[in-house]
Order: sequence, then structure tokens, then C-alpha cells
Amino acid sequence: MMFNIAGKRFLFLLASEVIILVGIIALVVFGLQPGIEFSSGSLLTVGFEQEVEQKALEQELANLGYDNVIIQRTGGGDFFIRTPELTAQSKDALETALSARFGSLTEREFNSVSPMVAAETAHNAAIAVAVAAVGILLYITWAFRRMPRPFHYGTCGVIALVHDVVVVLGIFSILSAVLGWEINLMFITGVLAVIGYSINNTVVVFDRIRENLTKGISPDFEVVVNASLVQTLSRSLNTSLTTLFVVLALLLFVGASIQNFAVVLLIGIAVGTYSSLCIAPTLLIVWDKKEWGRFLRPTRASG
Amino acid sequence: MPRTNTIILIVVLMVFAFAVCALIYPLFDREEMRLGLDLQGGIHMVYQADLSEVEPGTEAEAISGAMAVIEQRINVFGVTEPVIQKQGGDRILVELPGVSEAEKAKALIGETTLLEFRELLEGEDGEPEWVPVVGTVAGKEKVLNSGYFQENTYVATDDFGGVLLIFEWNDEGSELSEQITERLIGKPLGIFLSGEPLLGEDGQPIAPFVRSVITTRGQIEGLSLKEATELSQLLNAGRIPVPLTPIYEQTVSPILGADFVDMSLKAGLIGVILVMLFMIVYYRLPGVLASLALIFYGAVVLAIFKLWPVTLTLAGIGGFVLSIGMAVDANVLIFERMKEEFRAGRALGAAIETGFSRAWTAIRDSNVTTIIVCIILIWLGSSIVESAPVTGFAVTLLIGVLVSMFSAIVVTRTLLRLFVRTPLAPKTGLFSPFSGRK
Repeated sequence: MMFNIAGKRFLFLLASEVIILVGIIALVVFGLQPGIEFSSGSLLTVGFEQEVEQKALEQELANLGYDNVIIQRTGGGDFFIRTPELTAQSKDALETALSARFGSLTEREFNSVSPMVAAETAHNAAIAVAVAAVGILLYITWAFRRMPRPFHYGTCGVIALVHDVVVVLGIFSILSAVLGWEINLMFITGVLAVIGYSINNTVVVFDRIRENLTKGISPDFEVVVNASLVQTLSRSLNTSLTTLFVVLALLLFVGASIQNFAVVLLIGIAVGTYSSLCIAPTLLIVWDKKEWGRFLRPTRASG
Repeated sequence: MPRTNTIILIVVLMVFAFAVCALIYPLFDREEMRLGLDLQGGIHMVYQADLSEVEPGTEAEAISGAMAVIEQRINVFGVTEPVIQKQGGDRILVELPGVSEAEKAKALIGETTLLEFRELLEGEDGEPEWVPVVGTVAGKEKVLNSGYFQENTYVATDDFGGVLLIFEWNDEGSELSEQITERLIGKPLGIFLSGEPLLGEDGQPIAPFVRSVITTRGQIEGLSLKEATELSQLLNAGRIPVPLTPIYEQTVSPILGADFVDMSLKAGLIGVILVMLFMIVYYRLPGVLASLALIFYGAVVLAIFKLWPVTLTLAGIGGFVLSIGMAVDANVLIFERMKEEFRAGRALGAAIETGFSRAWTAIRDSNVTTIIVCIILIWLGSSIVESAPVTGFAVTLLIGVLVSMFSAIVVTRTLLRLFVRTPLAPKTGLFSPFSGRK
């Protein structure tokens, strides 16, 4: 059995172009909802002894003068209450007022971030993602320095990685529009983990291309790439599966606090496996054969 | 060669035994894993110091002075293992494990002065309002507060058994106090602790009427013995030399933290079992050996966490659980390679050796990229205020990647090599699907 992934490269690239386009449209339309870590404010998690309706809680908060609060019910029946930055006094006042209205409450978690800290965090997180991409580009270029055009490997690896990040962001913007999920620091950590994971997969495929080129198994680059893909296919799928197992376990058993992180990884591992098999290596061929014209008009090409 | 393998196996077993001992017994005084605040419950605060009033060149002293006062204040409440650290040039990080005492301590940490004296004046809405009392010293208006106390307050009892907190004014304070008490004779003087009325043992605000001019020493009546003692210790710790503003706060209840630990343990365990099952079903005997290597991996990584010690946060556990999935990657790479060599007609021993050597470049290069990402995350963690989740994740993942390379390359290989020399080796069925699908 011989898969011909390389031969169908324009189909895969077209699929990715469509997915990326959808992702970008989703990002533009819905945007991402930044959590307090990036936009400042306070997040209070409280549990009430009595059953409390979300509507009633919203009403009460509005009565107290908190108009722009976001309330979410957690799986365990607690409430996340997100407000502008609360001081110690205003938090105490809020809790006193709520327990006067709804009976005794327990503060499970409180997190407050000032605008200065939020701006710093957003800035540094963006730098971290950019530096990670450049660092990986440089390392791969160096690792493949003995190959003809080592820069191609680095660039294609990074394109695949940007592809994964855009898809993750796009899906998350839909999730944030539908479910009100916010982008927090766990999300960024997850994105960086996906970057590491995706490039890890890509490098394994590239490594095989490097080996097969050195062996000289075929003068045709496309044949070499496809052979390498097929040879590494079961490894790529197996590693993705074992990683998906543990991420699923995390998502199912740890829940809300780590939900962002686990979902980013879940999407990222799936997309990362796809891109390291179907995007990064096929782009190498496209670049090698200077098929960019076809790449930009894939519909005509594949027709 | 065989002897080398036996020696390596013995070393590996010793490392494993050591790791297990370290996990069970308190080696090197490490009783337990060090848990982050999100897992054990507690308060994490970051304060921004306003250094604009500080004389240039003495900023560092002002910060360390503030840290010393904060530490003494925290100690009054008996918070166990607090962390007080300087962040950057002008920030102070305070971590208080536990919550009930920590909540109390937190309220007082950032206050430059603790007690403030206020008088009752008519506010804008016509209602009487407590307003800080002001006097003039050397042409400057100053608010009367405990910043002018000498740091030798003490608790005494009066003839009727009532608790007294006795304090003495310093020179400036005595001048202020003289002016103010003279002006307020017959009127109440409110005492406020970090912005809230100071409450007595009876739950009522303490606001004595001024009976005479006070110049040198005064007393506060009505506190319980415990409160008076705490307050006296706090006052003797002195005032914080620079104004501090909280810029980041995280409070987690200990119950929630305990839930997280249970849940993530469960997740980790189930993850490991699934991965092992998969490896054994798919790779048969090598899968069993990889599972043994995975157990070795888990024990060593957890022992490193405990002995280092690495502060485990929820994100850190996420990193560890993720690394379990990735830890078998090196094994998968090697086994796939072995399978190919086996299919190409090599003998088992040769297939193992070639498989390992061929897989090495892929293992090296792919792990280096993960290490690059970890290092960048550690940098990100060190550059931002809410560093715990990012750093926690990066450190556990980094340790995981390094140990997994070792366990795959050394442990699995040695086990396989030793296996080849046993009578079971010719039974290639154990290596199916190596031999299955040709």
C-alpha cells in the first residue's frame, strides 16, 4: 500500500487555504475575547449555599452598579463573575451585598489584574510567540545546513506552524463567540506547546527527507518526499494518538481551570499532525518545483 | 558488550530505586512535593512601589526596607512559608499559603502606615464623616498616623483588667498630637486600621473622646488581648518606606486546590494507562519494554520535581501529563525504525542497533525544537507578573523532554539488548507487527 500524499499536494494546500480563510474570517468577525490577564479586571469565583439563578445574579449585580459584568456558570454550579478591577474594599462590599441577597457564599478563587500588568503580559506573550517562531526557523535552517537550500526547510516548518496557530485561533474565536470562552495565559501556554509539538512532528518528517536525499533513493524530489512521508506516517499517527490520550484525560478529569489549555492542545495536535504531513513537506515540493503560480490558483491546477 | 549492558541495567535500576525512595521517604528534608498556590490554596499578590518620592540611589534600600516590614507583618499572623520576593526594580511579590490567616495578613501588607486617626466633620452631604486629622509641622500639613509611633509599643492591663495598647510619639508625632488633641478636646478621635474603623472586643469602633492634650504617650483601650498583641507587634515592625499599590492578585481556596490535585492525579494515571495499553497492543514486546521505561520515566521525573524542588502548579501538572504522551515518542520513532530494518531482512539484534542509530537524528532535532519553546516560555514567565502557570508548564515539560530522551535511548535500548540474548528472542511473534505484515 502506498499513499500518494505528495501527488495530492494541491488538494491539501487548497483545503488548508480554505480552513485558514475561514479561520481568518472568524477572527475578523468574532475576534478573540481577552481574559483579565490581557485586558485587566477582576475575576471572582463564588459558590452559593443555596441554588441561585444566573438571571437573578445578573440583576443583583446590575442593581449594585456593575453593568459590564460577565457571568458564567461553572460545571460545579459555581459562578465566575468578571468585573472591572476591584479593590479590596469594593470586593468585600460586593461579597457582603451578594450574601445579603442570596445567602452565604464561599469565595473559591479571586484574581485581579491591573491595566499595566495586563498590557505587559499581552506584549510579552506576543514577543514570546514571535521569538519562538524565529528561533525555530533558525534552528531548522541550521539543522538542515548540509541540504541544498536549508532555508526552505526552516521556512516551510514555520509556515506549517503559523498555519496551526491560525487554525487554533480561528476555532477559538468561534468558541469565544458561542460559549464566551476567553483567551487567558493558559491559552498562550497551550499555543506555545502546539508550536513545539507541530514543529517536532515536522522535523521528524524533514529528518527522513534529509536521510533519503543523502541515500539518493530517487532523483525526483517529489518521490523522495512522498517516500519519507509514508515511512514516517505510522510514527506520526502513533505519537499523536498517545499525546491525544493524555490530553483527553486532562480535559475530562481536570476540567474548567485547564479547559483552555487542553482544548488548544486537542485542536493543535490534530492540526499539527495534519500540517506536518500534508503542508510542510508538500510546500517543500512546491518551492522546489517553483509551482507557486499553481499554488495560488489551485482550483485550476487540480481541475 | 553484554557486560556493559548489565552494568547499565544495574545503574538504571539503582536510579529507579533511588527515585522511588525519594518519592516515598523524605530524602534531603523534602517531606512532600512543593505545590504552587493554585494547588494548595493561598494568596499571591504583586505590589508596585512608588519610588518617585525616594531619594535617587536609595531605591533598592527602600524596597528591601519595605520587604523587611512586610515580612515582620506576615510573621505576626503565623503564616507558614511565606514568599517575599523582589520583582524587577520596583515590584514586590508576596505569596501566602493557606487562606484564613493569609486574608488577615493581606489586608495589612501593603499599607504604609497601619493606624490613622480621624475626626468627625460634616461631609458634603451634611452627614458627619470621618476625615483624617491634619496638623502642621515645619510649615507642612501632615496626617496623624502610626507612622509617628516609636517602635516600642506594648500591651498592658489597667487596674480593672482592661487591655491597653500603649504607644509613644516620636518628636514629629508629639508635635502633631499636641496640636490636634488641643483642638479636639471633648470631641471623638476615630482610629482606623487600613481604612476601616478599628473594632474593639465588643465589636464597636474604637473612637475615644479626647480628654486632655497628649504629647508623649497614649493608649488605645477596648481591644482584646490577642488583637492588642498582634497590633502591637505590627506597629513595632514600623512603617513601609514607600507607597505600595497592588497590581496583581490571585486567591485560591484550599478546597479547590485539593480538588485539582486529585483530579490531575487521576488524569495522569489514566493517561499513562492508556498510553501503555496502546504501546503494548501495537508494538507487543517492545511496547511492554517501553511501558517499563515509561514507569521509570514517571518515577524519575516526579523525584526530580520533589528533590529540586519544582513548584507544581496546575499548568505544571499539565506539562507533565503532556510530556507522558510525548515521552513515548522517542520509543515510537525507534520501534518504527526497528520494524523497517526487520522487514528489510535484518536479524533482530542488528535491527535494534540500526533502529536506534537511525532514529537518533530525528529524536535529537525534534526535541531541540521543543526545548527551544520551553526556554522561550521560561523567559516569558520571568518577564511577566503572573509567571506561575507559564514557568510551571515550561519547567515540567523541559524536565520531561530531557528525561524522556534518556529513558528511551538508554533504558529501552538496554532492555531490548538484554532481551535479545534470552531464549525468548527467536519468538518473533512477540515482535509482531514487526514480522506480521511483510
